[in-house]
Amino acid sequence: MTVLSLLFYLLALLIVASTGIAVTRRNLAHAVVYLVISFFGTAMLFYLLGAPLLAALEVIIYAGAIMILFLFIVMMIRLERIEGPLFPRRQMVPALVAAAVYLGAGILLMAYGDPAGNARLASASASPAEFGRFLFNRHWLAIEIASLLLLVALVGALHIGREPADAEEPQP
Amino acid sequence: MIVPYSHVLALSGLLFLIGMVTTVARRNLIMVVLGLEVMLNAAAVAFVGASLRWELLDGQALVIFIIAVAATEVSVGLALVVAAYRKTGSVDPEQLEETEASA
Repeated sequence: MTVLSLLFYLLALLIVASTGIAVTRRNLAHAVVYLVISFFGTAMLFYLLGAPLLAALEVIIYAGAIMILFLFIVMMIRLERIEGPLFPRRQMVPALVAAAVYLGAGILLMAYGDPAGNARLASASASPAEFGRFLFNRHWLAIEIASLLLLVALVGALHIGREPADAEEPQP
Repeated sequence: MIVPYSHVLALSGLLFLIGMVTTVARRNLIMVVLGLEVMLNAAAVAFVGASLRWELLDGQALVIFIIAVAATEVSVGLALVVAAYRKTGSVDPEQLEETEASA
């Protein structure tokens, strides 16, 4: 086991553990902070797998922008405690059925799937300049569509989040 | 030499499973959107691993689009959560259901 593979397993443990802790928190602010740790771990994983630009973007956009947006909403909405179990049985049963099917299919694929996946990955790295040139040479149309999508989301979020014209007081 | 690609896929699948169970089982609209984020992130991990496995940059290019879609989805999703909170005073999806039924 080389240093890099040890690093991979450590990062995988960190990511899965912090995500697992995050989704079982009752306090939403704690959940968001644990998820930020998970995204930092994912960024290090991206660096390990040879994507330094994506590692930076993961920290800036996922851990930075998206999680801060979640924190804003958590602080903006005055949350009363939702009583009762964290995972109510009515919703837990379909979740468990879906998880069992998914896990079964995954384990079967790992056991009987194509053994070509067992070759160890050689470490390599794509420099940000090379990656950027590739992106704008080969995928420029998709980039434009993504920017259009962001514009549409901006307009949509503004429209949905706007105060109604006949502003009635929100119920407590 | 790092690890076999199947281990990267296993990690990605496990993350996706956590996100899926969160989205289906939690009784809080914000946690539902959080679960969607976790699932998109799991897909990004699989793509970066595949990009290294076949030494093609297309996998990394797709992750850029995954991040763009995640940002879009979270902004619209959270706007919807706030709209639902204004309407019902709660982020519990069951209460939203009851208000819709009684209205």
